[in-house]
Amino acid sequence: MKTYKQVFAELAQAGRSALIPFFVVGDPDFDTSLEVVKTAIDAGADILELGIAFSDPIADGPTIQKADIRAARAGMTMARALDFIRQVKAHKDVPIGLLMYYNLIYQYGIERFFADFHEAGVNSVLVADLSIDDVGEIEEPAKAAGLDTVFMVTPVTAPDRMKLIASKTTGFIYTVSVLGVTGSRDNLSDTVQDLVSELKKLTDVPVCVGFGISKPEHAAAIASAGADGIIIGSKVVGLIEANLQNKEKMLSEIATFLTEVKTAISAG
Amino acid sequence: MFSMPASGIENQISRIEENMKHKGRFGDYGGFYVPEVLIPVLEELEEAFYRFYQDEQFVADLARLYKDYAGRPSPLYYAGRFSEHVGCKVYLKREDLLHGGAHKVNNTLGQGLLAKYMGKTKIIAETGAGQHGLATAMIGALFGMDTKIFMGVTDIERQSVNVHKMKLCGAEVIGVEGGSGTLKDAINDALRYWTANVTDTFYLFGSACGPHPYPTIVKHFQTPIGKEARRQSLDIIGRLPDMVVACVGGGSNAIGIFSGFVDDKDVRIVGVEAGGRSVSSGLHAATLVAGKVGILHGAKAYLLQDEEGQVHDTESVSAGLDYPSVGPEHCLLKDTGRAEYVAAEDEEVLDAFSLLCRCEGILPALESSHALAWLLRQKGKLDPEQVVIVNLSGRGDKDVGIVEEHRPMNVDDK
Ligand SMILES: Cc1ncc(COP(=O)(O)O)c(C=O)c1O
Repeated sequence: MKTYKQVFAELAQAGRSALIPFFVVGDPDFDTSLEVVKTAIDAGADILELGIAFSDPIADGPTIQKADIRAARAGMTMARALDFIRQVKAHKDVPIGLLMYYNLIYQYGIERFFADFHEAGVNSVLVADLSIDDVGEIEEPAKAAGLDTVFMVTPVTAPDRMKLIASKTTGFIYTVSVLGVTGSRDNLSDTVQDLVSELKKLTDVPVCVGFGISKPEHAAAIASAGADGIIIGSKVVGLIEANLQNKEKMLSEIATFLTEVKTAISAG
Repeated sequence: MFSMPASGIENQISRIEENMKHKGRFGDYGGFYVPEVLIPVLEELEEAFYRFYQDEQFVADLARLYKDYAGRPSPLYYAGRFSEHVGCKVYLKREDLLHGGAHKVNNTLGQGLLAKYMGKTKIIAETGAGQHGLATAMIGALFGMDTKIFMGVTDIERQSVNVHKMKLCGAEVIGVEGGSGTLKDAINDALRYWTANVTDTFYLFGSACGPHPYPTIVKHFQTPIGKEARRQSLDIIGRLPDMVVACVGGGSNAIGIFSGFVDDKDVRIVGVEAGGRSVSSGLHAATLVAGKVGILHGAKAYLLQDEEGQVHDTESVSAGLDYPSVGPEHCLLKDTGRAEYVAAEDEEVLDAFSLLCRCEGILPALESSHALAWLLRQKGKLDPEQVVIVNLSGRGDKDVGIVEEHRPMNVDDK
């Protein structure tokens, strides 16, 4: 199974940042979702971020909330999510980071969750509502299962805390570019570039940036500030929503957009 | 680095981390399960609370507001005619007489004053029944703060009187469409808004639940209910009550009155949740009665959810109890057996509402009517000399329309 380390080492060689699209597993339904994810991989995704729908996604804006609802209505369950991940891995061995809300892990059983999902092909699990203060609750089982750790840093995270977070991270740091929940933004503030450079000074772990990135120009600017990866969620999930009646168009728009971003972040 | 508010979150962080790590747990319940972006603002809030809550000036300011603005102390009233229906001596702790019509003002004055001491000028709040929204809008006007209230669209419709009152006090009411348009969904959107506005907005949380430090803060500002009730019981009756009963939504009015009696081991403590259509139907909000431990809105607590952890929509005739989780301290009180948690169903709640109106001329909130309903069900099981205090957490003016819908009444009826 391909590791984050391998991917980031290859990319460093090639001198470009990782393209990391995010999707909700099973949005809008299992089969279409699988095609979407395969399309993203074929368009050059280096790593995948996948979320499992939760009834109360407090860290997500309207676009991903709606994706959660679509996936849940189409019958997504933990067992089907495992199946989905196995099928993605069978298509191509791309590292997968899960984005989860804690209650789903807690009810599944913490140890069993990490073991089962790692076995299916997951490299890391970022729990949106579990901060490093309580990481003790999942640290051991995640490590025992052989998973890397991914944590968030935000524009209001103090430097001392950034260091603490970096010291606990083995995968990559998920840097939140803006204050707020997920969702496309027309403009990104300059502060994200400062945040990336500050993090790069503090740590050697890869720094990826997400939240709000919706244009190839955003991605290019953040990549040239030194980010090791660009995470794009709401923008691509929005392309699913916009084309629910036309699957061909959905797939081609996602492929086109990701290819544009890939080109934009490969230039530097 | 980034421009931060004058309160200087960054400088305080290392000092406060100790607090955040060790406080906010009630047994294994509680904690602060929130996205990373909310950690600094919760730390700032915790620090401010511990800095001011015993500060002489703060305590004096709050005491004056409790007395002159809210109308504390609230009376302990012997409900003689209602007592005959129950078969024991029932006293009502009259939180319904406070300004705004509910216990909620205790908390909003406390947190509002805290926000003012912290130099905050923008506040947000969630609301279910609209009582917390109204109590927040009131103090928003009082302190001259920009106020936004998040409220589910279902609740906006069924508690429209309170929506108008909030607007009259100058608050903006933001309708929340998600989920079933009730309290849970309002909290989701308030948290999302806060995430984007952490640097200048104070989240005035309405119940003794949610992430640390809210369960502790809200409890603190609701303790006057219990302190007064205990003293009044000794003064008026000459002894402690045998039993204290309160309704439980998030748990703030209940923890407020329970806190006065938890150390009095002989006082029986009962929390009444919303049984909705019935607990067995699944259409209810009886979290402690029928839930399983999980994580929602920043806290580990009992939770109404399916097997995979998806949170259930709840149902209750009372918007204020229509919530799938509950305050962490109640979870601990349940597990230790110090308090009992039971449920009352919509129909018996409506009966209890009518009965109190008819025999005492007091319109209780549908939330508070849950406590009355459970007590009425104990008829025949209680010693006539037993003294029971019911926390009448609010008045029922806001509920007249709902009651009329369920129990249509010709105005000419005798
Ligand atoms: C009158 C009244 N009582 C009780 C409640 C329930 O809240 P809590 O359990 O926090 O007291 C509400 C909530 O809106 C209320 O308005």
